[in-house]
Amino acid sequence: MKPRMAWNLRLYIAGPTPKSITAFENLKKICEEHLKGEYHIEIIDLVKQPQLAKGDQILAVPTLVRRLPQPIKKIIGDLSNTERVLVGLDLRPQG
Amino acid sequence: MRRKRTTKEPSAAPGVDKCPVGIIGFDQITNGGVPRGRPALVCGGAGCGKTLFAIEFVVRGATQFNEPGVFVSFEETAEELAANVRSLGFDLKQLVRRKLLAMDFIHVERSEIEETGSYDLEGLFVRLQYAIDSIKAKRVVLDTIEALFAGLSDTAVLRAELRRLFRWLKDKGVTALITGEKGEGALTRQGIEEYVSDCVILLDHRIQDQLSTRRLRVVKYRGSAHGTNEYPFIIDKDGISVLPITSVGLNHKASSERISSGVPRLDTMLDGRGFFRGSSIMVSGTAGTGKTTLGCSFVHGACGRGERCLYFAFEESPSQIVRNMRSIGIDLQPWIDKGLLQFHAARPTLYGLETHLSVMHRQIEAFKPSVVVVDPVTTMLTEGAAHDVRSMLLRLIDYMKSLQITAYLVSLSHISNPAEQSEAEISSLIDTWLLVRDLEFAGERNRGLYILKSRGMAHSNQIREFVLGPGGVELLDVYLGPQGMLTGSARALQETRDQAQAHANEREFNRVQAEIAARRSVLEAQIGSLQNKIKVQDQLIEQLVLNRQANELTGQAERRAIAASRRADIDAAGGGRGRSK
Repeated sequence: MKPRMAWNLRLYIAGPTPKSITAFENLKKICEEHLKGEYHIEIIDLVKQPQLAKGDQILAVPTLVRRLPQPIKKIIGDLSNTERVLVGLDLRPQG
Repeated sequence: MRRKRTTKEPSAAPGVDKCPVGIIGFDQITNGGVPRGRPALVCGGAGCGKTLFAIEFVVRGATQFNEPGVFVSFEETAEELAANVRSLGFDLKQLVRRKLLAMDFIHVERSEIEETGSYDLEGLFVRLQYAIDSIKAKRVVLDTIEALFAGLSDTAVLRAELRRLFRWLKDKGVTALITGEKGEGALTRQGIEEYVSDCVILLDHRIQDQLSTRRLRVVKYRGSAHGTNEYPFIIDKDGISVLPITSVGLNHKASSERISSGVPRLDTMLDGRGFFRGSSIMVSGTAGTGKTTLGCSFVHGACGRGERCLYFAFEESPSQIVRNMRSIGIDLQPWIDKGLLQFHAARPTLYGLETHLSVMHRQIEAFKPSVVVVDPVTTMLTEGAAHDVRSMLLRLIDYMKSLQITAYLVSLSHISNPAEQSEAEISSLIDTWLLVRDLEFAGERNRGLYILKSRGMAHSNQIREFVLGPGGVELLDVYLGPQGMLTGSARALQETRDQAQAHANEREFNRVQAEIAARRSVLEAQIGSLQNKIKVQDQLIEQLVLNRQANELTGQAERRAIAASRRADIDAAGGGRGRSK
C-alpha cells in the first residue's frame, strides 16, 4: 500500500553523533526503498535549535517524527530495526 | 504570597551548603533546606503532596530567595499546574512572564512511540539546558521523572541516562528536586533513590480510623544533621507547612504575672490573684457542669483587659456559644466584632490529630493570642490512641507556653471514671487544675468547684458551690454543718431551718425575758406596798414619840401647878432632891 500524498518527516538529532548519523542513513535508505519521490526529510539539530524540542515533545534522541500524513507518529532510536520503522510509519500492517 | 521565615535561614551546618525551600518548618528540621547544587528526592504515594512541595520549592525560590526555577513536568501541563496552585495564591503565569519561572511539560506516551534501536535522552538534556539558560535558573524540579519508565521500554538506557542526568545537574550547580512515586517495599517505584543519594524526603498520607494525616520525614541527608522524626504537615490555603514539633524544648520562661480567671470568687480561691500568665489551666468535669461557661468567663475577662483570645470549639458552633453565654449575662459578640476574640470551630473528626495540631499551630501563629481555649481537648480522643493524644497535647501546651500563651483546656470526663483521672491523662502538664463536679444530694444535682492543684500558689482547698445565674458565674460557700456538706436546695433548706431555729430561740428568749420582767415587777409592787406599811409604822412611831413628849410637857406643868398650890419653892423641888441625897 503506497500512499500518494507527500510525506513530511522530521529527524531530531543532538549534534552529529554516531547515533544521529546512523539514524539518518537508515532513514534515507528506507525512504528511498518505500517512498521514493514522495518524501521530504527535515533534520533538526537540537544543539543548535533547542527551542524546537518543545514543539514535538522530543525527549529521546534521535527521534523521527512523521508530520504528514496525519496522525503524527514518533519513532525513537537509530532506526536500525527496519521492520519496526515500517510498522511505526504505517508502511506495513502490524503483526 | 506570604513571606515566611526567610531571615532565619540558612543556618546550615558547616560542610553542606543549603538551599532554603521556603516551606515553613521544613527548613527548620533540615537546618536550612535541601543541599545546594545537588539533587534531592521527594517521594511518596499518590496525593501525598509531592508536586505541591516541588512547586513551592520553585515558587518560593523565585519570590523569596531570588532564585529562578525550572519546572519540568511529566504529568501535568503548565496550564493544569497553574490552575491547580492558583488557589494557593501562586501565579505561575506571572512568574513565567517575569522570567522567574520556566515550565516545560514533557509528554511521554508509549503508544505514540515506536522504539527502533538505540537512543539516549539527549533531547531532555537539551530542553533542560535551554530552559535553565533562558532564565538563568538556580533551581530545577523534575516531576515525576519516573513517568519516563512508563513511556519508554528500555529501562537499561533509562537508568543509565538518569544517572547521567543527575550527574549533569550536579555539574550545572543547580539545586534539583526530583519527585518519585512510592513503590512496593522501596522508596520509589524505579529505585531512583539509588541515584539521588544526597537527600531523600518521604511524604506520607496515612489513613487511620478513616482520618488522614500527612507526615513528612527526612529519610536521608548526607553530610548534615537533620530531624529524623515524622513531622506532620498540612496543606492549606498557604501551601505546605511542616510542624517541627520536637524542636520545642522544655525551657520556656515562667511569668509571675497573674491574670484574673474572670470569676472574682475563683480568683480569691487562687491566692486572691487568679492564674499565672502563660500557665496551662485545665477544667475537668462531667457533662453539664459548666466547664465551657467557666472558659467563656475567662475569655470575657481577658477580652475586657484587651487581650486577644483564640477559642477552639470542637463541640459547639461559635454562634451557639455566644447565644448560650448571653443567657448568663456574658456577651462575647462585641469582642468578636472588635477582633479580640476569634473562634475556630471544627468537628474533631474533620481531620486527623496531627492535622488538628498543625491547624491549631497555624491559627495561633496567625492570630497571636494571649489566651487560647480548647473546648474540649477530650474530643481528640476519638481521633486516636490515648498515647497519641497525650503527645499531641503535650506539644500543643509546650508550644503555647513557649509563646507565653495562657492555655485553658476543657476536659470532659465520664461519670464512670474517677473525677481525678483526667481523660487524656495530661494532668502532669497542667499547672492549674479546676474540677467541676456534680454533687448529688437529696434528689438533686448541684455544681461544686474545687482546685485540685495549682502550681506555685497557695490556693484554697475548699469546695465551693458553683451557680450559674443571669449575672454570670457565682461561687458560693457550701453549707458546712453538723450534717456534713450541703448544697443547692438542701443547703437552702438547711439555712431556712437554721433560721427558723434561730427565730424560735429568739422568741423563747424574749418570752423568758418578759416573764422575768413581769415577775420582777410583781416583786417591785410588793416591795412598794411593804414600804408603805413601813411608812405607816414609822408614822405610828413618830406619833408615839410626839405623844410622849406632849405628855411629858403636860406632866411638868401639872407638877408646877401642884407645887405652886403647895407654895413650895420652885427651886426647893430641886434642893429637896439634893438634900435627900
